[in-house]
Amino acid sequence: MREFGYQRAQDVSDAVALLDADTDARFLAGGTNLVDLMKTGVERPGRLVDIRSLPLDRVESTPDGGLRVGATVTNGDLAAHPEVRRRYPVLAQAVLAGASGQLRTMATLGGNLLQRTRCAYFTDTTLPCNKRRPGSGCPAVRGEHHNHAVLGASDHCVAVHPSDLAVALAALDAVVHYETADGPGDLPLGRFYLPVDDTPHRETALPAGALVTGVTLPPAPVAARSRYRKVRERASYAFAIGSIAAALDVRDGVVRDVRLAYGAVASRPWRARAAERALTGAPADAASFAAAADAELAAARPLPHNGYKVTLMRNLTVAVLTELAEEAAR
Amino acid sequence: MTTAVRTGAVGTGHVRVEGRDKVTGAARYAGEIPFAGLAHGWLVLSTVARGRITDIDSEPVLRMPGVLAVLDHRNALPLTTDYVGMLGTAPDPTCAVFQNDRVPHRGWPVALVVAETPEQAREAAEALAVSYTREPHDVGFDADRPDTRPADGHMPAVTDKGDLEAELAAGAVVLEAEYSTPEEHHNPMEPHAATARWEDGRLDVVDSNQGATWVVGELAQLFSLDPASVRVRSEHVGGGFGSKGVRAHQVAAVMAAAVLDRPVRVVLTRRQMFTLAGHRSPTVQRVRLAADADGRLRALDHRSLSRTSTVHEFVEPSAGVARVMYDADAHHTENRVVSLDVPTPTWMRAPGEAPGSFALECALDELAEKAGVDPVLLRLRNEPERGPVSGLPFAGRNLRACFELGARRFDWARRDPRPGRRRDGRWLLGTGTAAASFGAGAAPSTASVTAEADGSFTVRIAAADIGTGARTALTLVAADALDTAPDRVQVRLGDSAFGPAMIAGGSMGTRSWSWAITAAAAALRERLVPGQEIPPDGITVRADTTEAVAALAQKERHSFGAQFAEVAVDVATGEVRVRRMLGVFAAGRIVNPLTARGQFIGGMVWGISMALHEEAVRDPGHGGLVGADLAGYHVAAHADVPRLEAEWIEEPDPDDPAGGIKGIGEIGIVGAAAAIANAVWHATGVRHRALPIRPDRVLAGHDA
Repeated sequence: MREFGYQRAQDVSDAVALLDADTDARFLAGGTNLVDLMKTGVERPGRLVDIRSLPLDRVESTPDGGLRVGATVTNGDLAAHPEVRRRYPVLAQAVLAGASGQLRTMATLGGNLLQRTRCAYFTDTTLPCNKRRPGSGCPAVRGEHHNHAVLGASDHCVAVHPSDLAVALAALDAVVHYETADGPGDLPLGRFYLPVDDTPHRETALPAGALVTGVTLPPAPVAARSRYRKVRERASYAFAIGSIAAALDVRDGVVRDVRLAYGAVASRPWRARAAERALTGAPADAASFAAAADAELAAARPLPHNGYKVTLMRNLTVAVLTELAEEAAR
Repeated sequence: MTTAVRTGAVGTGHVRVEGRDKVTGAARYAGEIPFAGLAHGWLVLSTVARGRITDIDSEPVLRMPGVLAVLDHRNALPLTTDYVGMLGTAPDPTCAVFQNDRVPHRGWPVALVVAETPEQAREAAEALAVSYTREPHDVGFDADRPDTRPADGHMPAVTDKGDLEAELAAGAVVLEAEYSTPEEHHNPMEPHAATARWEDGRLDVVDSNQGATWVVGELAQLFSLDPASVRVRSEHVGGGFGSKGVRAHQVAAVMAAAVLDRPVRVVLTRRQMFTLAGHRSPTVQRVRLAADADGRLRALDHRSLSRTSTVHEFVEPSAGVARVMYDADAHHTENRVVSLDVPTPTWMRAPGEAPGSFALECALDELAEKAGVDPVLLRLRNEPERGPVSGLPFAGRNLRACFELGARRFDWARRDPRPGRRRDGRWLLGTGTAAASFGAGAAPSTASVTAEADGSFTVRIAAADIGTGARTALTLVAADALDTAPDRVQVRLGDSAFGPAMIAGGSMGTRSWSWAITAAAAALRERLVPGQEIPPDGITVRADTTEAVAALAQKERHSFGAQFAEVAVDVATGEVRVRRMLGVFAAGRIVNPLTARGQFIGGMVWGISMALHEEAVRDPGHGGLVGADLAGYHVAAHADVPRLEAEWIEEPDPDDPAGGIKGIGEIGIVGAAAAIANAVWHATGVRHRALPIRPDRVLAGHDA
């Protein structure tokens, strides 16, 4: 294990300045992913800049009825926040579907967005991986990939993004705020994660050295009736093999508004816009839901051992939207 | 025994005598015991699956901070491997480290880097450049390979009686099916760790193992030492499950301590455990059954293929289970292996019985379905009078009682045998059952009991408490044998200086050790005269059960059990959840009901893991495992474990010189996966013959 320096940032500008001055440094928040990666040698920073004590730990209402969540709000606090639970049930459910109670107490919003894939080829430094060592190859394409991507992947990388929380944020049109030495900036979640292409090592559109400071959730009345369902290979404490964040507004049996995002199917949380388009204005019934899923999954390019994910996501879409529609009808 | 013994300790629940030390951290484990001048070794494992080492560039590493030495095949001490160890097996060359330049699998130990701190050792070990010539490797395991062979392992490879093909042809109901189980790993909570030091020509090892006698014997043989000059201690062990015998880290630590003339500790990382601690081989098993219309078996054919390394033969004897469980007019069982470029497998909880019972007990369920006979009734109709292969009488076979009690408790009589009939929202519900057995052997052990001057007693035995509660169980046994209260007895174990004793393995520990302790206690009581003054050093009596064990009547000695499971399956997502389980066991005299329940339940939890979660995936491209850690290798989490109940029936055996104690360490897992798989069929109508029953497999079974 490489020896590293440790420094606690005094404020946001101090944090940004420290990272700007040292490309070998990394921000440390909850450490629930970074520290693991340091133990296995995937990450070997020369210095950690601890941002845990920065004043980014609040959840506040915005004037238009949304919420602004600070980057160091822990997953546990986020899921327990009354306004999150009331306005965005899908978000609270997604957070609670992830990790364990202990990890949620440590893990933060910013860290969750920036966590790395759990692809086993990425985390084993004795093996090639284009994400870890660009140009070295992707053994997952011909190897073990039953939990790898079916949407938006490339021959260079088929890893999936592990976050549950980010899937809900994608459905909610969240906006990520960041700070750099040159000033602040914003990125809608839809543009926050980069396509894989031939640069799987470039994961986000954040400028170098940027510090994620928070996320804004715009008002979303449709989210009042929303749900996160996660399928995994054991009942808890495992990453998804497929998940869905869904919000549905039905009037008189017709879909007025719908949000859908898929998890564990792509290198990023996958906003299912084709499915949303197919559904808006359609009857809120199983046939429409299935047709919408098919519209989205037409783009799926499964590998030899992960074709089941297409079936799974289709079934999940129908099941969860049916539940929401039945609730609306009650 | 000449005096009546007080009964009462055995059979009464007792918390672990060392429980407080464990929960407060006062109990020290092998990797955390301080030593003056301790150096730390870190193993370097091969990154190729087959080939030769051409160069190890030690020089740059030796200049790194704190680095003391790099040991590899060019400077290693020579080791002796031409011997047969305590358990009747030759050593696995994997533990005879650095003897040549050959690499027989990925993750083979190629060097040890020793430094002042573990961090320095690890950094240097990861920087060590090792060059190889690669050779093509073969890790492909399947039933149709032409290069398999029958292999004995710890039982004969083949047993055979009757005319199999004739009976198969004559059966009113015939079943033929292939089952498979994946590569599985035992990863005890406490990693393997050993510290070695040499003092005045004597070797002292502080270790985490399942048998100090076992490890002493192996280290003495490997380093050509007088066993009397080797001492191994292993006071607390955080789990073993078959993985904690002699392994590469102890041998490397001993070698480095000799070379550097200072204490050296080597601890395995979780990832290293996945290649160096042994594992359970995958199996492919073919079962053929033929029965009369009422379900009585005419033919039973169980053939299992497992896999071993190219350097050592270990057989996962899955076909052995039928030799105990069911008779048939024609009866054939056969264990085969194939040698591949993989690490050597080893004993893992219920070796043979765990995967074997999955295949055989699922096959019986399928036969029950075909014959239209209730699965419990089918098993009861096939209860043998004597050992189906040996012809020997059983020393207690109360499987019938287990099923009868279990069926009542589980409300089996109300079960609709038709699959796919019960639903709870999105979940289909089903129930299943399976039988279980595991051997109840004994092996020679020595023990001493000392009457102390203060009226208390000290028991010394080189037993191992690998987390099972053995120390507590032996305290209760000794208390009854000495006609005293448990708090007047101190049991000391885990030290080879106490004399030879059986390992904690094969579900034989408690039976073997209790026998020796009881004999020593009886002899001590004969020595003690009422009113006699005890000298300050106490009065010590030793016992050795070697002759008594040899004189034990030849019988089929086993524990038995009946497993019941209820599952819920969502066929839209492939999720399977166990809702409840019940295990009823007939396992001799239960010493400590509190910890016994923990062992039974623990085995059943492992059965849930085996049925639904556990699977080590080997990449044919690089020949190693993918995701070799506890994030990638799933075991059941708390949320996967529902209401589990374990019960047992009284099974006294007054003729047994070991006090009627049978082992309970392994039987809890046996049959558990089959009961769950049978319940999944009952819920959905789809048979799953490959473990684990993953969501993708369930989805594939229901894909229109």
